[in-house]
Amino acid sequence: MSVLVFIEAKNKVSKAALEAVSYGSKIGSTTVITFGDISSDELAIVGEYGGEKVLIHRGINKSNDQQLTNLIHAAVESSGATIVVLSQDQTGKSIGPRVAAKLNAGHVSGAIDLPDTSNGFQVNTNVFSGKAMATVAVHSDKKVISILPNSISPEKTGGSTTIEEFDADLGEGKIVVKEMKTQGEGIPLPEAELVVSAGRGLKGPENWGIVEDLAKTLGATTACSRPVADIGWRPHHEHVGQTGIAIRPNLYIAAGISGAIQHLAGVNGSKVIVVINTDAEAPFFKAADYGVVGDAFEVLPRLNEAFKKFHNSQN
Amino acid sequence: MKILVCISKSPDTTAKIAFTDGNSKFDENGVQYIVNPYDEWYALVRALELVEANGGTVTTITVGTAADDPTIRKALAIGANDAVRIDGQALDASYVAKQISEYAKDKNFDIIFTGKETINYNGAQVGGMIAENLNQPFISLATKLDINGETATLERDVQGGVEVVEVNTPFVISAAKGMAEQRIPNMRGIMAARTKPLNVVPAVDLENLTTVVSYSLPEAKEGCKYIDPENMDELVDLLHNQSKVI
Repeated sequence: MSVLVFIEAKNKVSKAALEAVSYGSKIGSTTVITFGDISSDELAIVGEYGGEKVLIHRGINKSNDQQLTNLIHAAVESSGATIVVLSQDQTGKSIGPRVAAKLNAGHVSGAIDLPDTSNGFQVNTNVFSGKAMATVAVHSDKKVISILPNSISPEKTGGSTTIEEFDADLGEGKIVVKEMKTQGEGIPLPEAELVVSAGRGLKGPENWGIVEDLAKTLGATTACSRPVADIGWRPHHEHVGQTGIAIRPNLYIAAGISGAIQHLAGVNGSKVIVVINTDAEAPFFKAADYGVVGDAFEVLPRLNEAFKKFHNSQN
Repeated sequence: MKILVCISKSPDTTAKIAFTDGNSKFDENGVQYIVNPYDEWYALVRALELVEANGGTVTTITVGTAADDPTIRKALAIGANDAVRIDGQALDASYVAKQISEYAKDKNFDIIFTGKETINYNGAQVGGMIAENLNQPFISLATKLDINGETATLERDVQGGVEVVEVNTPFVISAAKGMAEQRIPNMRGIMAARTKPLNVVPAVDLENLTTVVSYSLPEAKEGCKYIDPENMDELVDLLHNQSKVI
Protein backbone atom coordinates (compact mmCIF):
# COMPACT_ATOMS: atom_id res chain seq x y z
CA MET A 1 0.00 0.00 0.00
CA SER A 2 1.16 3.49 -0.78
CA VAL A 3 0.72 6.07 1.98
CA LEU A 4 0.77 9.86 2.01
CA VAL A 5 1.43 11.50 5.39
CA PHE A 6 0.57 15.16 5.87
CA ILE A 7 2.63 16.99 8.47
CA GLU A 8 2.66 20.59 9.62
CA ALA A 9 6.21 21.67 10.46
CA LYS A 10 7.01 25.28 11.36
CA ASN A 11 10.69 25.34 12.37
CA LYS A 12 11.07 21.80 13.56
CA VAL A 13 9.31 18.48 12.94
CA SER A 14 7.12 17.87 15.99
CA LYS A 15 6.64 14.61 17.85
CA ALA A 16 3.04 14.46 16.61
CA ALA A 17 4.35 14.71 13.04
CA LEU A 18 6.85 11.90 13.63
CA GLU A 19 4.05 9.78 15.08
CA ALA A 20 2.15 10.22 11.83
CA VAL A 21 5.20 9.43 9.68
CA SER A 22 6.03 6.35 11.74
CA TYR A 23 2.39 5.21 11.57
CA GLY A 24 2.37 5.60 7.80
CA SER A 25 5.63 3.73 7.30
CA LYS A 26 4.25 0.74 9.20
CA ILE A 27 1.34 0.55 6.73
CA GLY A 28 3.30 0.96 3.51
CA SER A 29 5.64 2.97 1.36
CA THR A 30 5.39 6.49 2.75
CA THR A 31 5.62 9.88 1.07
CA VAL A 32 5.32 12.99 3.26
CA ILE A 33 3.64 16.20 2.14
CA THR A 34 4.30 19.46 3.98
CA PHE A 35 4.50 23.20 3.38
CA GLY A 36 6.18 26.37 4.59
CA ASP A 37 9.68 27.62 5.33
CA ILE A 38 11.17 24.75 7.29
CA SER A 39 14.77 23.97 6.28
CA SER A 40 15.73 20.74 4.52
CA ASP A 41 18.13 19.95 7.39
CA GLU A 42 15.26 19.96 9.88
CA LEU A 43 13.06 17.90 7.58
CA ALA A 44 15.69 15.18 7.16
CA ILE A 45 14.60 13.56 10.46
CA VAL A 46 11.46 12.37 8.66
CA GLY A 47 13.64 9.80 6.88
CA GLU A 48 14.79 8.31 10.16
CA TYR A 49 11.17 7.46 10.96
CA GLY A 50 10.35 5.85 7.63
CA GLY A 51 9.35 8.74 5.37
CA GLU A 52 10.96 7.78 2.05
CA LYS A 53 10.25 11.02 0.25
CA VAL A 54 9.21 14.51 1.35
CA LEU A 55 7.26 16.85 -0.91
CA ILE A 56 7.30 20.46 0.24
CA HIS A 57 5.22 23.37 -1.04
CA ARG A 58 6.76 26.74 -0.23
CA GLY A 59 4.60 29.73 0.59
CA ILE A 60 1.09 28.83 1.68
CA ASN A 61 -1.06 30.10 4.52
CA LYS A 62 -1.90 27.21 6.81
CA SER A 63 -5.28 28.59 7.72
CA ASN A 64 -6.65 28.13 4.28
CA ASP A 65 -8.21 24.76 4.68
CA GLN A 66 -9.24 24.64 1.03
CA GLN A 67 -5.69 25.28 -0.16
CA LEU A 68 -4.27 22.62 2.14
CA THR A 69 -6.92 20.20 0.95
CA ASN A 70 -5.98 20.91 -2.66
CA LEU A 71 -2.31 20.42 -1.74
CA ILE A 72 -2.95 17.01 -0.22
CA HIS A 73 -5.19 16.05 -3.12
CA ALA A 74 -2.46 16.98 -5.62
CA ALA A 75 0.10 14.97 -3.61
CA VAL A 76 -2.24 11.95 -3.56
CA GLU A 77 -2.52 12.15 -7.35
CA SER A 78 1.23 12.54 -7.78
CA SER A 79 2.25 9.79 -5.33
CA GLY A 80 -0.54 7.33 -6.14
CA ALA A 81 -1.26 6.95 -2.42
CA THR A 82 -4.46 5.23 -1.34
CA ILE A 83 -4.11 6.03 2.36
CA VAL A 84 -3.71 9.53 3.79
CA VAL A 85 -2.42 9.80 7.37
CA LEU A 86 -2.38 12.96 9.47
CA SER A 87 -2.39 13.96 13.13
CA GLN A 88 -5.75 14.56 14.81
CA ASP A 89 -4.66 17.99 16.06
CA GLN A 90 -6.43 21.27 15.34
CA THR A 91 -5.16 21.31 11.77
CA GLY A 92 -6.10 17.66 11.31
CA LYS A 93 -9.63 18.37 12.52
CA SER A 94 -9.85 21.23 10.06
CA ILE A 95 -8.63 19.47 6.93
CA GLY A 96 -8.95 15.70 7.51
CA PRO A 97 -12.72 15.62 6.82
CA ARG A 98 -12.33 17.93 3.79
CA VAL A 99 -9.67 15.70 2.27
CA ALA A 100 -11.84 12.64 2.90
CA ALA A 101 -14.83 14.29 1.21
CA LYS A 102 -12.72 15.36 -1.76
CA LEU A 103 -11.30 11.85 -2.23
CA ASN A 104 -14.64 10.20 -1.38
CA ALA A 105 -12.63 8.31 1.19
CA GLY A 106 -13.80 6.74 4.43
CA HIS A 107 -12.39 8.77 7.32
CA VAL A 108 -11.35 7.41 10.70
CA SER A 109 -10.59 10.34 12.98
CA GLY A 110 -8.60 9.84 16.16
CA ALA A 111 -7.18 6.37 15.43
CA ILE A 112 -5.40 4.90 18.47
CA ASP A 113 -3.55 2.01 16.86
CA LEU A 114 -2.45 0.56 13.53
CA PRO A 115 -5.04 -0.77 11.06
CA ASP A 116 -5.83 -4.48 11.08
CA THR A 117 -5.83 -5.64 7.46
CA SER A 118 -6.38 -9.34 8.12
CA ASN A 119 -10.07 -8.95 7.34
CA GLY A 120 -10.65 -5.84 5.25
CA PHE A 121 -9.35 -2.65 6.84
CA GLN A 122 -10.24 -1.95 10.45
CA VAL A 123 -8.98 0.73 12.81
CA ASN A 124 -9.68 1.40 16.48
CA THR A 125 -10.73 4.82 17.67
CA ASN A 126 -12.00 6.29 20.94
CA VAL A 127 -15.74 7.00 21.20
CA PHE A 128 -18.10 8.24 23.90
CA SER A 129 -15.46 10.80 24.86
CA GLY A 130 -12.93 8.16 25.81
CA LYS A 131 -15.39 6.00 27.75
CA ALA A 132 -15.27 3.29 25.05
CA MET A 133 -13.42 2.20 21.93
CA ALA A 134 -14.89 1.41 18.51
CA THR A 135 -13.48 -0.79 15.78
CA VAL A 136 -14.27 0.93 12.48
CA ALA A 137 -14.22 -0.87 9.13
CA VAL A 138 -13.39 1.31 6.12
CA HIS A 139 -15.00 0.14 2.86
CA SER A 140 -13.76 2.72 0.36
CA ASP A 141 -10.61 2.25 -1.78
CA LYS A 142 -9.12 5.48 -0.47
CA LYS A 143 -8.87 6.06 3.26
CA VAL A 144 -8.06 9.03 5.47
CA ILE A 145 -6.77 8.20 8.95
CA SER A 146 -6.06 10.85 11.55
CA ILE A 147 -4.22 9.61 14.62
CA LEU A 148 -4.77 10.76 18.18
CA PRO A 149 -1.60 12.40 19.56
CA ASN A 150 0.34 10.22 22.05
CA SER A 151 -1.26 7.00 20.78
CA ILE A 152 1.59 5.65 18.71
CA SER A 153 5.25 5.86 19.73
CA PRO A 154 7.39 7.00 16.80
CA GLU A 155 9.99 4.37 15.93
CA LYS A 156 13.22 4.86 14.04
CA THR A 157 13.74 2.78 10.92
CA GLY A 158 17.27 3.96 10.21
CA GLY A 159 16.21 5.17 6.76
CA SER A 160 16.79 8.45 5.00
CA THR A 161 14.66 10.66 2.84
CA THR A 162 14.81 12.71 -0.32
CA ILE A 163 13.27 16.18 -0.29
CA GLU A 164 11.55 17.57 -3.38
CA GLU A 165 9.96 20.94 -3.97
CA PHE A 166 6.33 20.37 -4.87
CA ASP A 167 4.19 22.80 -6.80
CA ALA A 168 0.47 22.57 -7.33
CA ASP A 169 -2.39 24.91 -8.12
CA LEU A 170 -3.95 25.46 -4.71
CA GLY A 171 -6.73 27.81 -5.74
CA GLU A 172 -7.97 30.78 -3.79
CA GLY A 173 -7.58 31.13 -0.01
CA LYS A 174 -10.87 32.48 1.28
CA ILE A 175 -9.86 32.80 4.94
CA VAL A 176 -7.78 35.85 5.87
CA VAL A 177 -5.72 35.63 9.05
CA LYS A 178 -5.75 38.95 10.90
CA GLU A 179 -3.87 37.96 14.01
CA MET A 180 -2.32 34.97 15.78
CA LYS A 181 -2.40 34.96 19.57
CA THR A 182 0.14 32.40 20.74
CA GLN A 183 -0.37 30.57 24.01
CA GLY A 184 3.28 30.66 25.04
CA GLU A 185 6.04 28.21 24.46
CA GLY A 186 4.62 25.26 26.38
CA ILE A 187 3.71 21.93 24.84
CA PRO A 188 0.04 21.97 23.76
CA LEU A 189 -2.15 19.81 26.02
CA PRO A 190 -3.18 17.16 23.48
CA GLU A 191 0.49 16.41 22.77
CA ALA A 192 1.80 16.69 26.33
CA GLU A 193 3.33 13.57 27.88
CA LEU A 194 3.21 14.96 31.40
CA VAL A 195 0.22 16.95 32.69
CA VAL A 196 -0.39 18.57 36.08
CA SER A 197 -4.02 19.49 36.64
CA ALA A 198 -6.02 21.06 39.44
CA GLY A 199 -9.60 21.84 40.33
CA ARG A 200 -11.82 23.60 42.83
CA GLY A 201 -9.85 22.11 45.70
CA LEU A 202 -7.25 24.81 45.05
CA LYS A 203 -9.78 27.37 46.38
CA GLY A 204 -8.80 30.27 44.09
CA PRO A 205 -6.77 31.29 41.05
CA GLU A 206 -4.17 32.97 43.29
CA ASN A 207 -3.16 29.52 44.57
CA TRP A 208 -2.09 28.09 41.18
CA GLY A 209 1.58 28.86 41.85
CA ILE A 210 2.11 25.44 43.45
CA VAL A 211 0.59 23.76 40.37
CA GLU A 212 2.75 25.77 37.99
CA ASP A 213 5.88 25.17 40.07
CA LEU A 214 5.37 21.42 39.92
CA ALA A 215 4.64 21.57 36.18
CA LYS A 216 7.82 23.57 35.66
CA THR A 217 9.95 21.07 37.55
CA LEU A 218 8.50 18.22 35.51
CA GLY A 219 8.42 20.02 32.17
CA ALA A 220 4.68 19.31 32.25
CA THR A 221 1.72 21.17 30.76
CA THR A 222 -0.95 22.54 33.13
CA ALA A 223 -4.63 21.65 32.87
CA CYS A 224 -7.79 22.16 34.91
CA SER A 225 -11.29 20.84 35.55
CA ARG A 226 -14.41 22.33 34.00
CA PRO A 227 -15.76 24.28 37.02
CA VAL A 228 -12.45 26.07 37.34
CA ALA A 229 -12.48 27.12 33.68
CA ASP A 230 -16.17 28.11 33.90
CA ILE A 231 -15.64 30.48 36.83
CA GLY A 232 -12.65 31.99 35.07
CA TRP A 233 -9.87 30.86 37.43
CA ARG A 234 -8.09 29.30 34.48
CA PRO A 235 -8.31 29.78 30.68
CA HIS A 236 -10.74 27.58 28.73
CA HIS A 237 -7.96 26.00 26.69
CA GLU A 238 -6.77 24.26 29.87
CA HIS A 239 -10.10 22.51 30.48
CA VAL A 240 -9.81 18.75 30.09
CA GLY A 241 -12.87 16.52 30.15
CA GLN A 242 -15.84 15.45 28.09
CA THR A 243 -16.67 18.93 26.84
CA GLY A 244 -13.09 20.16 26.95
CA ILE A 245 -9.95 18.55 25.61
CA ALA A 246 -9.39 14.79 25.76
CA ILE A 247 -5.80 13.98 26.62
CA ARG A 248 -3.72 10.82 26.89
CA PRO A 249 -0.41 11.72 28.52
CA ASN A 250 1.97 9.23 30.11
CA LEU A 251 1.39 10.85 33.49
CA TYR A 252 -1.63 12.82 34.70
CA ILE A 253 -1.40 14.35 38.16
CA ALA A 254 -4.73 15.71 39.43
CA ALA A 255 -4.99 17.77 42.62
CA GLY A 256 -8.25 18.93 44.15
CA ILE A 257 -10.41 17.34 41.41
CA SER A 258 -13.14 14.99 42.62
CA GLY A 259 -13.30 13.04 39.34
CA ALA A 260 -16.81 13.46 37.96
CA ILE A 261 -17.59 11.06 35.10
CA GLN A 262 -17.32 13.93 32.59
CA HIS A 263 -13.80 14.74 33.79
CA LEU A 264 -12.72 11.10 33.72
CA ALA A 265 -13.89 10.81 30.12
CA GLY A 266 -11.26 13.33 29.07
CA VAL A 267 -8.35 11.82 30.97
CA ASN A 268 -8.84 8.06 31.26
CA GLY A 269 -6.59 7.48 28.25
CA SER A 270 -3.68 8.57 30.47
CA LYS A 271 -1.17 5.80 31.10
CA VAL A 272 -0.71 6.62 34.78
CA ILE A 273 -3.03 8.74 36.92
CA VAL A 274 -2.03 10.23 40.28
CA VAL A 275 -4.89 11.67 42.34
CA ILE A 276 -4.35 14.02 45.27
CA ASN A 277 -7.46 14.85 47.29
CA THR A 278 -8.37 15.56 50.90
CA ASP A 279 -11.56 13.49 50.48
CA ALA A 280 -10.73 9.78 50.62
CA GLU A 281 -14.17 9.08 49.10
CA ALA A 282 -13.52 11.17 45.95
CA PRO A 283 -14.60 9.04 42.96
CA PHE A 284 -11.38 9.88 41.13
CA PHE A 285 -9.44 7.43 43.34
CA LYS A 286 -11.28 4.56 41.60
CA ALA A 287 -9.66 5.57 38.32
CA ALA A 288 -6.25 6.31 39.81
CA ASP A 289 -3.07 4.27 39.77
CA TYR A 290 -1.66 6.15 42.74
CA GLY A 291 -3.66 8.03 45.34
CA VAL A 292 -2.59 10.52 47.95
CA VAL A 293 -5.22 11.40 50.54
CA GLY A 294 -3.99 14.77 51.66
CA ASP A 295 -4.12 18.51 51.30
CA ALA A 296 -2.91 19.72 47.89
CA PHE A 297 -1.42 22.81 49.56
CA GLU A 298 0.98 20.55 51.44
CA VAL A 299 1.31 17.62 49.04
CA LEU A 300 2.07 19.53 45.81
CA PRO A 301 5.08 21.46 47.21
CA ARG A 302 6.34 18.25 48.81
CA LEU A 303 5.97 16.40 45.52
CA ASN A 304 7.75 19.24 43.76
CA GLU A 305 10.71 18.93 46.15
CA ALA A 306 10.76 15.15 45.66
CA PHE A 307 10.88 15.55 41.86
CA LYS A 308 13.68 18.12 42.17
CA LYS A 309 15.65 15.73 44.35
CA PHE A 310 15.03 12.97 41.79
CA HIS A 311 16.18 15.16 38.89
CA ASN A 312 19.36 16.11 40.76
CA SER A 313 20.10 12.47 41.47
CA GLN A 314 19.71 11.66 37.76
CA ASN A 315 22.25 14.27 36.67
CA MET B 1 -29.61 36.14 7.24
CA LYS B 2 -30.27 32.44 6.77
CA ILE B 3 -28.56 30.05 9.14
CA LEU B 4 -28.56 26.26 9.18
CA VAL B 5 -27.55 24.48 12.40
CA CYS B 6 -26.71 20.77 12.33
CA ILE B 7 -28.17 19.03 15.36
CA SER B 8 -27.32 15.54 16.55
CA LYS B 9 -28.63 13.66 19.54
CA SER B 10 -26.23 12.19 22.07
CA PRO B 11 -26.62 10.27 25.31
CA ASP B 12 -26.79 12.39 28.43
CA THR B 13 -23.26 13.09 29.70
CA THR B 14 -23.87 10.94 32.80
CA ALA B 15 -25.32 7.99 30.83
CA LYS B 16 -23.90 4.56 31.51
CA ILE B 17 -21.98 3.42 28.45
CA ALA B 18 -22.67 -0.25 27.65
CA PHE B 19 -23.14 -2.35 24.51
CA THR B 20 -25.44 -5.17 23.33
CA ASP B 21 -25.73 -7.61 20.40
CA GLY B 22 -22.22 -8.98 20.77
CA ASN B 23 -20.85 -5.49 21.51
CA SER B 24 -22.00 -4.25 18.11
CA LYS B 25 -24.65 -1.78 19.33
CA PHE B 26 -24.87 0.94 21.94
CA ASP B 27 -27.17 -0.19 24.77
CA GLU B 28 -29.97 2.39 24.79
CA ASN B 29 -31.66 0.82 27.77
CA GLY B 30 -32.42 3.57 30.29
CA VAL B 31 -30.43 6.16 28.34
CA GLN B 32 -31.73 9.72 28.16
CA TYR B 33 -30.90 11.53 24.94
CA ILE B 34 -30.00 15.19 24.80
CA VAL B 35 -29.06 17.60 22.02
CA ASN B 36 -25.32 17.13 21.56
CA PRO B 37 -23.88 19.83 23.89
CA TYR B 38 -21.61 21.40 21.26
CA ASP B 39 -24.52 21.64 18.81
CA GLU B 40 -26.80 23.17 21.42
CA TRP B 41 -24.75 25.34 23.76
CA TYR B 42 -22.43 26.82 21.19
CA ALA B 43 -23.71 26.39 17.62
CA LEU B 44 -27.46 26.85 18.08
CA VAL B 45 -27.29 29.58 20.72
CA ARG B 46 -24.79 31.67 18.74
CA ALA B 47 -26.91 31.26 15.61
CA LEU B 48 -29.95 32.54 17.53
CA GLU B 49 -28.00 35.51 18.89
CA LEU B 50 -26.87 36.48 15.38
CA VAL B 51 -30.43 36.36 14.06
CA GLU B 52 -31.76 38.31 17.06
CA ALA B 53 -29.21 41.04 16.30
CA ASN B 54 -29.36 41.03 12.50
CA GLY B 55 -32.71 39.50 11.55
CA GLY B 56 -33.20 36.26 9.67
CA THR B 57 -34.02 32.65 10.41
CA VAL B 58 -32.41 29.68 12.09
CA THR B 59 -33.25 26.25 10.70
CA THR B 60 -31.97 23.08 12.33
CA ILE B 61 -31.15 19.95 10.34
CA THR B 62 -30.76 16.38 11.55
CA VAL B 63 -30.20 13.10 9.75
CA GLY B 64 -32.18 10.56 11.72
CA THR B 65 -35.39 8.71 12.38
CA ALA B 66 -38.55 9.63 14.30
CA ALA B 67 -36.61 8.68 17.45
CA ASP B 68 -34.69 11.95 16.97
CA ASP B 69 -37.80 14.13 17.03
CA PRO B 70 -37.78 14.85 20.81
CA THR B 71 -34.25 16.27 20.61
CA ILE B 72 -35.21 18.27 17.53
CA ARG B 73 -38.20 19.72 19.46
CA LYS B 74 -35.80 20.68 22.24
CA ALA B 75 -33.76 22.70 19.74
CA LEU B 76 -36.97 24.36 18.56
CA ALA B 77 -37.86 25.14 22.19
CA ILE B 78 -34.54 26.92 22.61
CA GLY B 79 -35.57 29.16 19.72
CA ALA B 80 -34.91 27.78 16.23
CA ASN B 81 -37.59 28.83 13.71
CA ASP B 82 -38.05 25.50 12.02
CA ALA B 83 -36.41 22.11 11.67
CA VAL B 84 -35.60 19.63 8.93
CA ARG B 85 -35.15 15.94 9.51
CA ILE B 86 -33.66 13.89 6.69
CA ASP B 87 -35.38 10.59 7.21
CA GLY B 88 -32.82 7.80 7.56
CA GLN B 89 -30.30 6.15 9.81
CA ALA B 90 -27.17 8.26 10.20
CA LEU B 91 -24.83 5.59 8.82
CA ASP B 92 -21.54 7.44 9.10
CA ALA B 93 -20.14 10.98 8.96
CA SER B 94 -19.73 11.04 5.18
CA TYR B 95 -23.34 9.85 4.77
CA VAL B 96 -24.65 12.55 7.11
CA ALA B 97 -22.52 15.25 5.48
CA LYS B 98 -23.64 14.28 1.98
CA GLN B 99 -27.32 14.26 3.00
CA ILE B 100 -27.04 17.71 4.57
CA SER B 101 -25.00 19.06 1.64
CA GLU B 102 -27.57 17.73 -0.79
CA TYR B 103 -30.35 19.51 1.11
CA ALA B 104 -28.41 22.77 1.59
CA LYS B 105 -26.80 23.15 -1.83
CA ASP B 106 -29.56 25.27 -3.44
CA LYS B 107 -30.95 26.98 -0.31
CA ASN B 108 -28.40 29.82 0.01
CA PHE B 109 -27.62 29.55 3.70
CA ASP B 110 -25.21 32.27 4.81
CA ILE B 111 -23.70 30.17 7.59
CA ILE B 112 -23.87 26.46 8.36
CA PHE B 113 -23.05 25.65 11.99
CA THR B 114 -21.96 22.33 13.44
CA GLY B 115 -20.76 21.62 16.95
CA LYS B 116 -17.05 20.90 17.40
CA GLU B 117 -17.84 17.17 17.66
CA THR B 118 -20.50 14.90 19.10
CA ILE B 119 -19.85 13.49 22.55
CA ASN B 120 -20.72 9.97 21.38
CA TYR B 121 -18.62 9.56 18.24
CA ASN B 122 -16.15 12.45 18.73
CA GLY B 123 -15.44 12.33 15.01
CA ALA B 124 -15.39 16.09 14.30
CA GLN B 125 -15.96 15.19 10.66
CA VAL B 126 -19.35 16.39 9.42
CA GLY B 127 -18.63 20.15 9.27
CA GLY B 128 -15.47 19.87 7.18
CA MET B 129 -17.12 17.37 4.85
CA ILE B 130 -20.13 19.65 4.25
CA ALA B 131 -17.76 22.55 3.54
CA GLU B 132 -15.87 20.49 0.98
CA ASN B 133 -19.05 19.17 -0.64
CA LEU B 134 -20.36 22.75 -0.98
CA ASN B 135 -16.95 24.25 -1.87
CA GLN B 136 -17.09 26.68 1.05
CA PRO B 137 -14.43 27.64 3.59
CA PHE B 138 -14.54 25.77 6.91
CA ILE B 139 -13.58 27.50 10.13
CA SER B 140 -12.96 24.69 12.59
CA LEU B 141 -13.03 24.96 16.38
CA ALA B 142 -14.39 28.52 16.33
CA THR B 143 -14.72 30.13 19.77
CA LYS B 144 -16.03 33.54 18.68
CA LEU B 145 -18.05 34.79 15.72
CA ASP B 146 -19.20 38.31 14.89
CA ILE B 147 -20.67 39.40 11.61
CA ASN B 148 -20.81 42.72 9.83
CA GLY B 149 -22.72 42.57 6.55
CA GLU B 150 -21.20 39.70 4.61
CA THR B 151 -17.92 39.64 6.49
CA ALA B 152 -17.48 37.59 9.60
CA THR B 153 -14.66 37.89 12.14
CA LEU B 154 -13.90 34.72 14.02
CA GLU B 155 -11.52 33.38 16.61
CA ARG B 156 -10.56 29.77 16.45
CA ASP B 157 -8.26 27.32 18.18
CA VAL B 158 -5.25 26.39 16.07
CA GLN B 159 -1.96 24.65 16.82
CA GLY B 160 -0.22 26.70 19.48
CA GLY B 161 -2.77 29.42 20.00
CA VAL B 162 -5.80 31.33 18.85
CA GLU B 163 -6.18 32.75 15.37
CA VAL B 164 -8.34 35.75 14.46
CA VAL B 165 -9.65 35.33 10.91
CA GLU B 166 -11.98 37.06 8.48
CA VAL B 167 -14.15 35.29 5.97
CA ASN B 168 -17.09 36.20 3.77
CA THR B 169 -20.37 34.31 3.75
CA PRO B 170 -21.23 31.61 2.85
CA PHE B 171 -19.10 29.43 5.13
CA VAL B 172 -19.27 26.47 7.49
CA ILE B 173 -18.03 26.51 11.08
CA SER B 174 -17.63 24.08 13.93
CA ALA B 175 -18.45 25.78 17.23
CA ALA B 176 -16.37 25.16 20.36
CA LYS B 177 -16.55 26.35 23.94
CA GLY B 178 -16.62 30.12 24.31
CA MET B 179 -18.92 30.74 21.35
CA ALA B 180 -22.03 31.29 23.51
CA GLU B 181 -23.61 30.43 26.83
CA GLN B 182 -26.12 27.65 27.32
CA ARG B 183 -29.79 28.72 27.21
CA ILE B 184 -32.46 26.95 29.21
CA PRO B 185 -35.72 26.78 27.24
CA ASN B 186 -38.61 28.54 28.98
CA MET B 187 -42.22 27.35 29.11
CA ARG B 188 -43.27 29.60 26.23
CA GLY B 189 -40.49 28.20 24.09
CA ILE B 190 -41.45 24.64 24.93
CA MET B 191 -45.13 25.32 24.08
CA ALA B 192 -44.21 27.09 20.83
CA ALA B 193 -41.91 24.23 19.80
CA ARG B 194 -44.87 21.86 19.60
CA THR B 195 -46.33 23.70 16.62
CA LYS B 196 -43.15 24.87 14.87
CA PRO B 197 -42.57 23.18 11.50
CA LEU B 198 -40.52 19.97 11.57
CA ASN B 199 -40.19 19.01 7.93
CA VAL B 200 -39.32 15.40 7.22
CA VAL B 201 -37.61 14.97 3.86
CA PRO B 202 -36.53 11.69 2.25
CA ALA B 203 -32.85 10.73 2.30
CA VAL B 204 -30.88 10.54 -0.92
CA ASP B 205 -29.81 6.99 -1.78
CA LEU B 206 -26.16 6.74 -0.70
CA GLU B 207 -23.70 4.23 0.66
CA ASN B 208 -21.69 4.70 3.81
CA LEU B 209 -17.91 4.48 3.61
CA THR B 210 -17.28 3.27 7.16
CA THR B 211 -19.08 1.01 9.66
CA VAL B 212 -18.53 0.48 13.35
CA VAL B 213 -17.93 -3.27 13.62
CA SER B 214 -17.72 -3.53 17.40
CA TYR B 215 -17.32 -1.56 20.60
CA SER B 216 -15.30 -2.29 23.72
CA LEU B 217 -14.89 -0.75 27.14
CA PRO B 218 -11.49 0.18 28.55
CA GLU B 219 -9.94 -2.35 30.90
CA ALA B 220 -10.52 -1.52 34.52
CA LYS B 221 -7.58 -0.20 36.52
CA GLU B 222 -6.01 -2.74 38.84
CA GLY B 223 -6.79 -0.58 41.82
CA CYS B 224 -5.34 2.48 43.40
CA LYS B 225 -2.14 2.25 45.40
CA TYR B 226 -2.27 4.75 48.23
CA ILE B 227 0.87 6.66 49.16
CA ASP B 228 1.52 8.37 52.49
CA PRO B 229 1.14 12.14 51.90
CA GLU B 230 4.31 12.67 53.97
CA ASN B 231 6.30 10.41 51.66
CA MET B 232 6.36 11.87 48.17
CA ASP B 233 9.80 10.35 47.55
CA GLU B 234 8.05 6.98 47.42
CA LEU B 235 5.61 8.25 44.78
CA VAL B 236 8.45 9.61 42.64
CA ASP B 237 10.31 6.32 43.01
CA LEU B 238 7.23 4.33 41.89
CA LEU B 239 6.63 6.64 38.92
CA HIS B 240 10.22 6.17 37.86
CA ASN B 241 10.98 2.51 38.63
CA GLN B 242 7.59 0.83 38.44
CA SER B 243 5.46 2.88 36.03
CA LYS B 244 8.45 4.21 34.09
CA VAL B 245 6.67 7.44 33.12
CA ILE B 246 9.42 9.79 34.33
